[in-house]
Amino acid sequence: MSATVEIRPAPHIKGERSVEKIMSHVVYSLLPICGFFIFQYGISALALMLVTTAACLLVERWSITTGTQSGNLGDYSAIITGLLLALTLPPGFPLWMGFVAGVVSILLGKVIFGGIGHNIFNPALVGRAFAQAAFPTAIATYTPSFLPGRFAEFIPSTLAWPLMLPADVVLWLKDKQLDALAGATPLAKWKFEGVMASAWDLMSSLSGHLAVGVSPILILLCGAYLASRRFMDWRIPAAILGSAGITAWVLFTFDPTRYPDPFFTLFSGGLVLGAVYMATDMVTSPVTPRGMWIYGGAIGLLTVVIRYYGGLPEGVMYAILIGNAATPLIEKISQPTPFGKGKDKGKLKRRSASYPLNPSYISREEDAAVTPIKHLVKNKPKRDAGSAP
Amino acid sequence: MNLLSYLRGEAFQRGVHPPSSKLTAQMPIRRLPFPPKVTVPLSQHIGKAPRPVVKVGQEVVRGEPIARTEDWLSVPHHAPVTGVVEFIGLRPSARGTWVESIVIRAYPGATQEDLWGQPRDLSTASGSEILQAIWETGMVGLGGAAFPTHAKLTVPKQAKVHTLVVNGCECEPYLTCDHRVMVEQADDLITGIRYGMRATGAVRTIVGIEDNKPDALVAINAAIQRAGTVPEGEIHAELVPTKYPQGSEKMLVMSLFGVEIPAGSLPIALGMVVNNVGTLAALGRLLPQGRGLTERVVTITGPGVARPGDYTVPLGTPLRFVLDYAGAPAESRQVILGGPMMGQAIASLDVPITKGVSGVLVFRKEDMAEREVLHTYPCIKCGECVEACPMGLNPSTLGLLASKREYESMGESFHLGECFECGCCTYVCPSNIPLVQQFRVAKQVLRERAVAS
Repeated sequence: MSATVEIRPAPHIKGERSVEKIMSHVVYSLLPICGFFIFQYGISALALMLVTTAACLLVERWSITTGTQSGNLGDYSAIITGLLLALTLPPGFPLWMGFVAGVVSILLGKVIFGGIGHNIFNPALVGRAFAQAAFPTAIATYTPSFLPGRFAEFIPSTLAWPLMLPADVVLWLKDKQLDALAGATPLAKWKFEGVMASAWDLMSSLSGHLAVGVSPILILLCGAYLASRRFMDWRIPAAILGSAGITAWVLFTFDPTRYPDPFFTLFSGGLVLGAVYMATDMVTSPVTPRGMWIYGGAIGLLTVVIRYYGGLPEGVMYAILIGNAATPLIEKISQPTPFGKGKDKGKLKRRSASYPLNPSYISREEDAAVTPIKHLVKNKPKRDAGSAP
Repeated sequence: MNLLSYLRGEAFQRGVHPPSSKLTAQMPIRRLPFPPKVTVPLSQHIGKAPRPVVKVGQEVVRGEPIARTEDWLSVPHHAPVTGVVEFIGLRPSARGTWVESIVIRAYPGATQEDLWGQPRDLSTASGSEILQAIWETGMVGLGGAAFPTHAKLTVPKQAKVHTLVVNGCECEPYLTCDHRVMVEQADDLITGIRYGMRATGAVRTIVGIEDNKPDALVAINAAIQRAGTVPEGEIHAELVPTKYPQGSEKMLVMSLFGVEIPAGSLPIALGMVVNNVGTLAALGRLLPQGRGLTERVVTITGPGVARPGDYTVPLGTPLRFVLDYAGAPAESRQVILGGPMMGQAIASLDVPITKGVSGVLVFRKEDMAEREVLHTYPCIKCGECVEACPMGLNPSTLGLLASKREYESMGESFHLGECFECGCCTYVCPSNIPLVQQFRVAKQVLRERAVAS
């Protein structure tokens, strides 16, 4: 025996999971998605991703060294914020604006609340909401995907000087014999023109020069990986997509001429990305299983309502931010029922018991149960006086 | 998610699956030599301490009562070795406090046979006579809680017991003493079960065994066959899916019968009494011979232990002697009494083995190295603990409240009292927050406040 003996309270063993492991797996699962985004839009997308991630890491580094936030740089969470922010921005977004959005994400989204675990809103969406308010034109300017030469030249707006207006993408597109409308997202086209893209084109994101994000199929696959390794809760995406789909389907059957079909609603815009990667952000979503269903259901419903009735073509971002804000309230009403306090006691019987669960001499274990107050000391068996051992 | 766990065939909801690490599962039980000195603490069970009935310098025979009690919630103690009482006074205990103990120096030449007991025939004894006999053996729950067995088997007047549930889960990693007892002492176990059934008036017995111990099931079924006199269907052995903390009686009853024991009540509310296999096997051996509890089976294990195994250890054997015999590694840093999930780290090797110690676990420095480097983060609200808590609590919120010392709110609004400190939340927490440790503090503070007010 060595001279030093350590005393710690139980438990003395520890599961494998750590914050670093969870966050790094989210980053790994984001890599195929980022690759696809670069494949769609070329070096502009790559540059945007690098800039937003660098901005997030810089602010994180600054805030940790100055002690304004807890956590450390090794936890990968700032990388997730940077990558997700880039994925929600248009690929030709000016780099300096991307940098500002990245700084705002971490600074206003995370640092002022105290760092990892303390933020109320998803940092990437805070950055995007800021960009939406500050740069309304730039954030609405999409370019078509799969342009020839996308790996050789930047989209001109990308390289705008800081604090300067970006170059006009419409003129650039005209040079390429594409009309300006090619740059509108399918959602904007439906909202303002009444034109709908087919569901399969939206799901694969591969055909034509659609101005869309990463293929929802790929996102769902990466999300399925995360959910199967339990690095993400499957309930939230299921609830969001389910509730958005049902709401859209109800409205579609109500008036098919006015509302798009539910598949279009599900697979256009950022709904799948938001459902799988944004809304599932652990810090800003409820911890209770019941709360997750409520949270996801509310986000799905709000997304459809904002898209159909609001002024903006896209509603996922605000829906998730509202969901984040409601999370503490949702948790309050969705606390789990403790063992032995539920009303439906004993509904699920053992399937494979080799003995009768309720034999004839037991009426029904739980129904006929008397709950005596146990007075151990008073219930001595009868014994002769003075026969203590 | 009732439906999902039902479809997966899970026994109770939530819980965790730590690596089982049952290094000693296939090793037969061996006997540890008798130590030169044993220390018998008077209070090694739940309830009042008995009073010593021997004097310093008095010679005692193995099995002779050395402490007696008139209090129902207390048990007598018996001399674990033949020798002479050397000292009665304060000695260190596992909890760190010094407690009243009896130290006996063993005679080196003694055969150390149990000479005290009178064999007797209990075949016609009534329930209360059996309870009285159990009390006289000094038996407490050998699973770890050390609750006096006669008190547990006593059925209150208003209640009626129909089922004796025998807990052979041994869900703690590393520990194998109950497993080996089931395999090797199945006949004693059946005898003990029949005494237990007569004491409680139960008409059937279900032995719950986790499915990582199929050989125990085979052994028990064979013993039921051998006993012959057992009416058909009276004793069942049943496999339940392996999961921690199945050994908790609430979880085991849920696994076996699919019923929840209502919060705040005991299994007796559903007409059941739960007992550990080790307890009943020891009763089956001791009662017919009229002897007292002087030894128990202890798993001595851990990475680096030279001769790990299940040993029959005389009660009161100092840990130093046990570890010297089993060959604890030189660089061992932590000694734990019990299992790794709920066991207690001890500060002194002079602490004796008591009735409630089911295992001695030794960890080296490198076994704990992984935990040393773990960074503690703020709660990231991943919900892992909510998915792990077998009692359906919300450890995430409880942990946040505990760090703000909102103990009252934890108890009133978040059911802190239901927590039985299984440690699942701390085990899974990716942020490495000491959740269950905080809950222990909170419960203690609440208890003290309740007493003070």
